[in-house]
Amino acid sequence: MNLILVAVISLGAIGLVSAIILYVASKKFAVYEDPRIGEVAAALPQANCGGCGYPGCSGFAAACVKAGSLEGKLCPVGGQPVMEKVAAILGLEATASEPKVAVVRCNGTCANRPRVTQYDGVRSCAVANSTYGGETGCTFGCLGCGDCVTACQFDAIHMNPETGLPEVDESKCTACGACSKACPRNIIEIRPKGKNNRRVYVQCVNKDKGVVARKACTSACIGCGKCVKVCPFEAITLENNLAYIDPAKCKSCRKCEMECPQGAIVAVNFPPRKPKPEAPAAEAKPAQTVAEA
Amino acid sequence: MKTFRIGGVHPAENKLSAGKAIETLALPKQAVFPLSQHIGAPAVPVVKKGDVVKVGTKIAEAGGFVSAAIFSSVSGKVNKIDSVIDASGYRKPAIFIDVEGDEWEESIDRSTELVKECSLTPEEIVGKIKNAGVVGMGGACFPTHVKLTPPPGCRAECVIINAVECEPYLTADHRLMLEHPDEILVGVGILMRAVKVSKAYIGIENNKPDAIRLMKEKAAAYPGIEVVPLKVKYPQGGEKQLIDAVIGRQVPAPPAIPINVGAVVQNVGTAFAVYEAVQKNKPLFERVVTVTGKSLKNPSNFLTRMGTPMSQLIEAAGGLPEDTGKVIGGGPMMGKALANTEVPICKGSSGVLLMNDKEARRSAPQPCIRCAKCVSACPMGLEPYLLATCSAHGDWERVEHEMIMSCIECGSCQFTCPSHRPMLDYIRLGKGKVGGIIRARNAKK
Repeated sequence: MNLILVAVISLGAIGLVSAIILYVASKKFAVYEDPRIGEVAAALPQANCGGCGYPGCSGFAAACVKAGSLEGKLCPVGGQPVMEKVAAILGLEATASEPKVAVVRCNGTCANRPRVTQYDGVRSCAVANSTYGGETGCTFGCLGCGDCVTACQFDAIHMNPETGLPEVDESKCTACGACSKACPRNIIEIRPKGKNNRRVYVQCVNKDKGVVARKACTSACIGCGKCVKVCPFEAITLENNLAYIDPAKCKSCRKCEMECPQGAIVAVNFPPRKPKPEAPAAEAKPAQTVAEA
Repeated sequence: MKTFRIGGVHPAENKLSAGKAIETLALPKQAVFPLSQHIGAPAVPVVKKGDVVKVGTKIAEAGGFVSAAIFSSVSGKVNKIDSVIDASGYRKPAIFIDVEGDEWEESIDRSTELVKECSLTPEEIVGKIKNAGVVGMGGACFPTHVKLTPPPGCRAECVIINAVECEPYLTADHRLMLEHPDEILVGVGILMRAVKVSKAYIGIENNKPDAIRLMKEKAAAYPGIEVVPLKVKYPQGGEKQLIDAVIGRQVPAPPAIPINVGAVVQNVGTAFAVYEAVQKNKPLFERVVTVTGKSLKNPSNFLTRMGTPMSQLIEAAGGLPEDTGKVIGGGPMMGKALANTEVPICKGSSGVLLMNDKEARRSAPQPCIRCAKCVSACPMGLEPYLLATCSAHGDWERVEHEMIMSCIECGSCQFTCPSHRPMLDYIRLGKGKVGGIIRARNAKK
């Protein structure tokens, strides 16, 4: 009985003394942290994806509070609504931001880009890229091992087994840029979503000369420059045999898409084109030849 | 018998072509010379389309100190300067020459007579080697003149000749020793003169008794050259492993290099190339290449002009066997699977290996069972399982701390792994990333 009493009293005494020490220490060595940082962090989506350019959500919150202005700061996951919440907490004004999305700039499907070798190493794009040029004749295009799929935290990018290429689910993509960073060949670009989600871009990153590029892939950009000439807004530049459409200048007129002989320029989410007056005539011709045969 | 202290494995030797004398391969129709055949800056072309060149004409000059000139191996006309898919599978700039006849530069001494005397100064020797575009012929292709110019504060004490040929299948160096022992020994003497030392060792593995006997017999007439027989163990041909095996010194971790322990290591093929460059004024434009494989009709050793497509060598050795699974440039341990057989022979191409389906297939990786066989096999004393795992997770700080830059990419870890884990694939990736980080850090300073 005595033994138990001694143990209870001594442990209780140690606990009491420690509690006093901890209380004094927490008061004396307290570091002041702006309470707004916690509030802002709570308003963020807590994805900790790093898409904003800061180390996690709390890092971004601290940066927002410290900077005193929200200019150039954007949580790509939450987008405008979250930034407005943050602005309300801080009493600042949210700057208008353009929603963005990841686009895969390669159309080297199994049909367009024949396989010439077989890779049996580790299923990782980073390893494959450091080992050799890839399974096809194109040394710039998608390797198809799916590093971008592994990198995505939002289940927004998946490999299409039919084409062998990754496809972005626009409704889930937050444009955090993780896939773009994971891609060893810099195929994935974070582009503005565009008006009504409509955008035009070059779906190729091949910098080889036209002859070589075309041999490797039927939908490769061959650097012919037709799109540059046809663009009325000077939005297209040609560098190293590869065209690039500047999203800031592009007005989505789709003239370049019509002009591209390789079909390397794509326009997404546009309504189908109205048939042109000469189109029926062109269609009629083959019909005639069939009839003759 | 001597060997290196840490790790090592013993793969099946399979030296199928050891008994085959070196044959001279026919000239190609078109020779292709990639501008980046060596470690360092790519060479800069000095010819243009339509130029007429002879055998031994300089077609590209060194693009910096750590770089090497490239010489035409054929006579003919420059067809174009374009790009070619090299052994890495990527397109690299290259010079294409259409072959017409076989006309040599007059300055080259084409006689087979042995020229023993060399009275040049070390500087003149290094200059001649540099002007002949000689690089390490073992496979790494480090420019030889750089190795013969010790950095300030370092002094060479001995020359070590790498005649180990520890890669299975390859026999090019073995045949070279049997057929040109005197030329090699004169070359070694020139190398000793170039770095001002009086001692040289020739390390030969015990599986080449005929070469050891012949070299020992001939070396008696050359003062200061000693033949050292070594126990058969892979990767004894690694520079650091060879130094440990022959003189018992260990090279510290990078950035230390062999010269820090007083050793200058050169391949036996390089010694031969140095002899030809200094005594015969013949630049480096041909080499011995082993074409081998279990299913190949006629495994052979060919004296091949640079720029010859590998397909021509395979054809000369009996054609591509039907069950070919992979075509490897180099040996089975460190060689690289080729994307196509039109890849030209370069200064560092020691062999072409045709693996059959069965040999080429990689087994499916299983989970690591913590047996630590890779740790015992690593000749650099690293922990390959750890480096591979950390590289796979992108922890570059950790792998740098675990000395990933010391890895010589010999593949012993992957070879011994009972779970067939693709460790080297990940380690190579990590090495590349950490190398980039270190370069960026140094550039900032």
